[in-house]
Amino acid sequence: MKILVPVKRVVDYNVKIRVKADGSGVELANVKMSMNPFDEIAVEEAIRLKEAGKASEIVVVSIGPQQAAETIRTGLAMGADRGILVKTDIATDPLGVAKVLKKIVEQEAPGLIIMGKQAIDDDANQTGQMLAALLGWSQGTFASKVVIGDGTVDVTREIDGGLQTVTLKLPAVVTTDLRLNEPRYASLPNIMKAKKKPIDETTPEALGVDVTPRLKVLKTTEPPARKAGVKVGSVAELVQKLKDEAGVL
Amino acid sequence: MTTLLLAKHDNKTLNDATAKALTAARALGAPVHILVAGAGCGAVAEAAAKLEGVEKVLLADAPLYEHRLAEPLAELIVSLASGYDALVAPATTTGKNVMPRVAALLDVMQVSEITKVVAPDTFERPIYAGNAIQTVQTSEAKKVITVRTAAFQATGQGGSAPIESVAAARDPGLSSFKGEELSKSDRPELTSARIIISGGRALGSAENFTKVIEPIADKLGAAMGASRAAVDAGYAPNDWQVGQTGKVVAPELYIAVGISGAIQHLAGMKDSKVIVAINKDEEAPIFQVADYGLVADLFTALPEFGEELAKIGR
Repeated sequence: MKILVPVKRVVDYNVKIRVKADGSGVELANVKMSMNPFDEIAVEEAIRLKEAGKASEIVVVSIGPQQAAETIRTGLAMGADRGILVKTDIATDPLGVAKVLKKIVEQEAPGLIIMGKQAIDDDANQTGQMLAALLGWSQGTFASKVVIGDGTVDVTREIDGGLQTVTLKLPAVVTTDLRLNEPRYASLPNIMKAKKKPIDETTPEALGVDVTPRLKVLKTTEPPARKAGVKVGSVAELVQKLKDEAGVL
Repeated sequence: MTTLLLAKHDNKTLNDATAKALTAARALGAPVHILVAGAGCGAVAEAAAKLEGVEKVLLADAPLYEHRLAEPLAELIVSLASGYDALVAPATTTGKNVMPRVAALLDVMQVSEITKVVAPDTFERPIYAGNAIQTVQTSEAKKVITVRTAAFQATGQGGSAPIESVAAARDPGLSSFKGEELSKSDRPELTSARIIISGGRALGSAENFTKVIEPIADKLGAAMGASRAAVDAGYAPNDWQVGQTGKVVAPELYIAVGISGAIQHLAGMKDSKVIVAINKDEEAPIFQVADYGLVADLFTALPEFGEELAKIGR
């Protein structure tokens, strides 16, 4: 079974982002970019399935600018077999990305797609569900455990109030939650090896997909700042203030 | 035209997230219908009908919807969609699972986790874990929206909407329910609790959560939460996690104990009305957002907190 893992190049999760003063967006120039952390978990899960003999090949795909090839290379260094870069400088939205991925799926015919539940830049949490819908496939979102069966996959999902396990018919789309696994670091030999692994390039236009964003971003602003309050000297003072001043006890 | 709001429930009771999302749905300016999809969920429909400003409740009561799996539920919503120009759901795990599927089937781009309705086609939503706020405008023929419930007050009762049964849609036959493990607790749910007390890595063990956090939670009738560090260390269950990657909460009182205040945690609780931080490290970033900060060792401060609460009759 071939596994397709879509990955996104995003601002590194350790970077404290800066909102541009003119409201036009978030500063991306000279900012460290990395693979979306949820996508790293997706790559790791695919590799573990391959190591367990449940998968034959792992294809990493990214939609983005030329530099997204570096993000694909990260996946290859972790252990994926080859990459596909769908090159565009448009800031794509989830629906456009899902449509591009559908075309890739039609070409590659994977048995399973594993991807992050959301990207940590736009926090949309849509692409996996949209891709499953467009393909008419089942979906297992927010996965904390993935067990491949015979023509099926059992996905344990993190839901409000606990965990839910669903059995999905393959092919299926699985989106990863944080605790699915801990992604490995790529070793130096594997980083060297990854440089030789193939990355095919195409474009949304070549695939016949219009990725023009549907939503119009009017402005991007700083969130309202919360002002620091007071330090209290003792527990007794804290309780008194919560009762009399804040009125919440 | 009309707005359709997907109710959040467990087949028995209507979840508070519905009344909060209803506030956002009503702000779109059109009449609102609520869809209750489940199995044996008549009581939920009755509760939804009592919410103020609801024009009609649609009840899809069928075994197919017992666990609200995304594939059949999306089919149902799409089958009803022609009568609506906005489809809204609270951004609970159910809403987040099903609505993008609905949006893609209708070929529209969803607006996720809105925190404010600026105009019927314009919304605010947080990006980068709440470190920036984006104002977006949609010109889609149908609006598909999920609502960050912590950002909206619940709509009150006072309605008496008619309940109309709707037929089940086609079963796509792609998925089936296998089982679930829900945390059993008499405590209020994190996302609707009036008071939350959360512990961080400084707690040091699951036993310490029971020993020092729980007695305070009991006294206050509070929900218990945890930072991601505490959850990852195994001190607290996954569904206690407050933060960008966990639950986003906005209680009247949030007490952060032994939590340093990483950006990812702040994104989940900074809209709380009153924030209390108890931490040994006076440089901890949590103090920058706390209304009341106490620099103290939690293992001495919390028992003392319990005693002080007892003095005021809690």
